[in-house]
Amino acid sequence: MDGFIELFLSGITRGSIYALIALGYTMVYGIIELINFAHGEIYMIGSFVALVVASLLGLAGFPMLGILCVAILVATLWSAAYGFTVEKMAYRPLRDASRLSPLISAIGMSVFLQNYISLAQTSDFQVFPYLIPEFEFLEPIAHILAPSAFLIIVTSLLVMLALSLFIKFTRLGKAMRATAQNRTMATLLGINPDTIISMTFIIGSALAAIGGVLIASHTGVTKFNIGFIAGIKAFTAAVLGGIGSIPGAMLGGFVLGLCESFGAGYISSDYEDVFAFAILILILLFRPSGLMGRAPVQKV
Amino acid sequence: MYLIKRSLLVSIWFVLLTLPLLAVKVDTTNETLIWRWENMLYVAVSAFVLYMLWLLAMRWRSRQRRSEELAQPRVHNLYSTITDNKVIVGAFNLILLAILVLLPLLSSGYQINIWTTALIYVILGLGLNIVVGFAGQLVLGYAAFYAVGAYTFGLLHQNFGVGFWVALPCGAAVAGFFGILVSLPVIRLRGDYLAIVTLGFGEITRLVLENWIEVTNGPGGISNIPRPALFNLELSDTGTAVWVYYIVLLFMLIAFISLLRLKNSRVGRSWIAVSEDETASEVMGINTTWAKLTAFALSAVWAGIAGVLFATKTRFINPDSFTFMDSALFLCIVVLGGMGSVYGMLLGAFAIALLPEYLRAFSEYRMLLFGAAMVLMMIFRPQGLIPPKARQYRVSKLLGKEAQS
Repeated sequence: MDGFIELFLSGITRGSIYALIALGYTMVYGIIELINFAHGEIYMIGSFVALVVASLLGLAGFPMLGILCVAILVATLWSAAYGFTVEKMAYRPLRDASRLSPLISAIGMSVFLQNYISLAQTSDFQVFPYLIPEFEFLEPIAHILAPSAFLIIVTSLLVMLALSLFIKFTRLGKAMRATAQNRTMATLLGINPDTIISMTFIIGSALAAIGGVLIASHTGVTKFNIGFIAGIKAFTAAVLGGIGSIPGAMLGGFVLGLCESFGAGYISSDYEDVFAFAILILILLFRPSGLMGRAPVQKV
Repeated sequence: MYLIKRSLLVSIWFVLLTLPLLAVKVDTTNETLIWRWENMLYVAVSAFVLYMLWLLAMRWRSRQRRSEELAQPRVHNLYSTITDNKVIVGAFNLILLAILVLLPLLSSGYQINIWTTALIYVILGLGLNIVVGFAGQLVLGYAAFYAVGAYTFGLLHQNFGVGFWVALPCGAAVAGFFGILVSLPVIRLRGDYLAIVTLGFGEITRLVLENWIEVTNGPGGISNIPRPALFNLELSDTGTAVWVYYIVLLFMLIAFISLLRLKNSRVGRSWIAVSEDETASEVMGINTTWAKLTAFALSAVWAGIAGVLFATKTRFINPDSFTFMDSALFLCIVVLGGMGSVYGMLLGAFAIALLPEYLRAFSEYRMLLFGAAMVLMMIFRPQGLIPPKARQYRVSKLLGKEAQS
């Protein structure tokens, strides 16, 4: 039974990270129908910025919790700036191009960013400083739920709640939903689609960065290519939930995390990554609209 | 003035953007930070200059587009006069062929090795171009078919002692079979979903090669793959390298000529129709499923052949040669050369394989620059360096001589 709970919790932990990244994919896809391949790289950049900030503050002797908060904040800001810049440079000029062009541009951007970090920082595994404080009330279940895992689950749930409220109630959130529904109509009603698309990239990148910092402090390492696998898995989560749907991305993240965790625990841990890819392929083949998505209508 | 002000702002933006990652480097073993302020200067200056170029290029691009909108059917410039002239193209072909044939006689073993890789890349570019360029289906897992070819040879040799000439058709067949197997389910997917599913297949293939240790020896790979024999001659190391070079050249030529012929055939035209508009081509009576299936299968067959050639060239294979980065590299060949263009693949593959070798200083940054090149190509020249040319039919030729007079 303990084993089951442990696998369940580790699944939820992974799942919440996947969900955080998947939100960025799903929001971008909802508005401009582009698989933003560079999104996983933004997540990786978040972890590297946090690493630099944490080392900097660590040498200056700040308290641990303070470092964590500042690191998350700075990483979020910088990743958002990266997301914004990537969109402006690589995707905006291709707004009216055929559908393959922005996709290839996104792959190029992803390759570029990975190699940028590998050259600017290191191409090896980089040790990430331990930033998570011990929570006293976790003592009795510490053997199945690490404090970092607890922090990941709580933070991502809070962030997701905030995002849902933002999308539902604020002016900007409404404008984003309107643009996703029908861009031409939204433009006619006085919404500037370029601003909305930029905002989508900024918010998505910020969420991915939070995920990046949390996972790096959970596993204790980061590397220039962690964004690739994490990005594909998060994309799987987004597709699983129904791409374009925000609650779908959250649900998809958790479902994928649990599938992987139980698959690795009960079947074989060597093929952990294969489960995610297999789920992705099966979903796309049999239910491309996902768990919560609407089937697209193809107009000729 | 406006230009300079904008460029200055952009330059400051990029300095801020790269500040934490380029100026600071964490040395975790000694727990210190390495400061590299000089990098900030480089970023500032290069961002300034590059942004000015970017703005100018953007202006050029919008002018280009406006002239396209004026619907001039064919712009006659130096480039098109050269490529339209059959004599010049023929002479160019002969010179290129002569250079490629004579190359091993003039260069060292190391050079031959590089050029063999370049020719294998040409084959891969041509193969991938069938499915990406002609049929318009973005495949992101091409390295998987390449791996299947290479591992077919490796495993056949390891377990049954099979030689190169027997393994070559086997590798092609197994890869082709694999291509059909992958294409059957994905054929109804469109555009980006197809890209992501093929990426998934590519990664699954690599993970299986890495984890199925009993058969594939996992990350250790397969070594001692034989070189092909030339009758019963005992060849030196360089001698076999030259022999492998000529075999690769032969297959590259076969791929090249067959694609040139195939492009204007019935199948080739149906691929191009599918890539232009799937629904419309289906309405016109093209069996789109069949067209995509043949494109996938043929593309995979060429990847399989390239895989066998690669295995015999390096004599050692492991899963590290077949990652997503390799798939992206092959895609980069197609994008650089021009999607749907046959001649473009020569240029694209040579650029990708040879530039890092001959510009040593640049080899460290090669993937960085190839990534940037993909983005820039899509923005400024989506048709590639050597755009494909559609076959032209002259009414006078079709009608016969009366129409000419």
